[in-house]
Amino acid sequence: MSEPVLEGTDLRVIYADQVALDVSRVTVQPGEVLALIGPNGAGKSTLLRVLGLLERPTSGSVQFRRAPVSWAGRDLLAIRRHFASVFQESLLCDATVEDNAALGLRLRRRPADEIQTQVRVWLERLGVAHLAGRRARTLSGGEAQRVSLARAFAVRPDVLLLDEPFAALDPPTREELLTLLQGLLREEKCTTIFVTHDREEALRLGDRIAVMMDARICQIGTPRGVFGRPTSEEVARFVGVETILDGRVVGEREGLLSVQINGAKIEALGKAAVGERVLVCLRPEDIVIGQRGERSAGQSARNHLEGRVEEATRLEAQYRVQVDCGPQVVALVTKQSFEELRLAPGSPVIVTFKASAVHLIRR
Amino acid sequence: MELIWQGLKEAVRLIASGDPEVLRITRLSLQISGGATLLSLLAGIPAGVVIALTRFPGRGLLIALVNTGMGLPPVVVGLFVSIFLWRSGPLGLLELLYTPTAIVIAQFVIAAPIVIGLTIAAMQQLNPRLRLQLLALGASRWQLLWLLMREARLPLLAAVMAGFGGVISEVGASMMVGGNLLGQTRVLTTATVLETGKGNFDVAIALSLILLLLVFGVNYLLTWIQQRGRAS
Repeated sequence: MSEPVLEGTDLRVIYADQVALDVSRVTVQPGEVLALIGPNGAGKSTLLRVLGLLERPTSGSVQFRRAPVSWAGRDLLAIRRHFASVFQESLLCDATVEDNAALGLRLRRRPADEIQTQVRVWLERLGVAHLAGRRARTLSGGEAQRVSLARAFAVRPDVLLLDEPFAALDPPTREELLTLLQGLLREEKCTTIFVTHDREEALRLGDRIAVMMDARICQIGTPRGVFGRPTSEEVARFVGVETILDGRVVGEREGLLSVQINGAKIEALGKAAVGERVLVCLRPEDIVIGQRGERSAGQSARNHLEGRVEEATRLEAQYRVQVDCGPQVVALVTKQSFEELRLAPGSPVIVTFKASAVHLIRR
Repeated sequence: MELIWQGLKEAVRLIASGDPEVLRITRLSLQISGGATLLSLLAGIPAGVVIALTRFPGRGLLIALVNTGMGLPPVVVGLFVSIFLWRSGPLGLLELLYTPTAIVIAQFVIAAPIVIGLTIAAMQQLNPRLRLQLLALGASRWQLLWLLMREARLPLLAAVMAGFGGVISEVGASMMVGGNLLGQTRVLTTATVLETGKGNFDVAIALSLILLLLVFGVNYLLTWIQQRGRAS
């Protein structure tokens, strides 16, 4: 790993006896997008503000390019000018779109021709060049957020800080901007810290994901690692594992574990000793539901449990189906299969999942 | 009714003919109240900005005092400024009592709390997260203050209007510390009081009309700027 751009050590922020942030170490690597996810009040925005040098921590230190940040005067301003931020609210000034996009560059006293060029380029790339002469307060939410992004990108920041930039937008606008930002970040390779409570946004933008809860970073790693191998029940629930069952390892053969759960026995890939208690995690998209007697869901699928449908809920493009097969299991079923299988509460079904889809958390 | 009609006709004639006495009083009024307003802006806007944007012990009390000051009775101001400037008073040596400077001081004391109070309100109506956004974009402390004031420019104009409106039409303090001396400290309001007392309603009406026009003119100008800023 190369030298981190930003590094936080023993960061603590305390507001009136309440610990808002308690992070022993976090680094941001050059060119990466670090997504901070977690429930509201977990400390994500606080960590962003501290790493963005917008809030001095109660204790601990931040290093920018290996140099510790002194929290005073000119030095702080000089480092802060390597950064740019976009928040949930677009927070534009009462001026034209053009003037707003130019603000960061004007604050840095860049020459007028450079400002003009950069502003034109970035308004164009964010798709709002045609609004250049408009007053900021006449813009729609999506347009305003595009201008806010242009304003941040125009200063060519070494670190881009994004604090839930899409949280206040309607779904189609959010989708549009998310795709646009994904492209920009890929092209610019701009080091980014991205705060969101939305798993999908984190998955799409993040090179690494840090899950925060109760002021701490509970887990940090690749999207695949965090979403596929959560290290605690809380993280598992937050990253969308809907089936979490108590179990005990009862046997082991060539790396394949047998786990006893509530009247059923399943096989799982993992590391745990025989006799050990574990939490069995299953993501709903890894579970296949079929009719009894049918075993077509792939030859490598190791686990088949019989049960009955308890409840089915319509989502956007899928159904969320809860099956009682001894343990309660939640699966996602496409609308098409749901109709073909004629699923309804009480339907007898068989649930199938691979041993490799099972993630075990040792207790 | 006859009295009013006659008065109005004579007043219009006085203004139209450019009566030198009326002109001189008008000019003096503008100079004194304009000067006092300007001073109160120079001191009051920075003070209001600092009070609005910083946190310090006693801030709540200070804001309460400023808000009280916004309704300070001019005669009370006149009384205390008189005492300070009185020959045997703390600033008696300056010999300022019954000079235009004395009126400027009194009007400054009246206008400053109005300007400070409305500046605090103007700055507090800004989105508190705007500060963080501007800092995050790389604003220095001075750039931040400038940008925030620019954002609050329309309500700040209201502070200018209210400050000027408060002092140009004030009579008690001007009378007490200025003395209403002909050609020296006689302003529109004190002259109106005097002429009304003498039964010269035509002159009094002329002076009142000018006063009304002044207040209207200044406010119209500022409102126009404000609305133009809002419309575009």
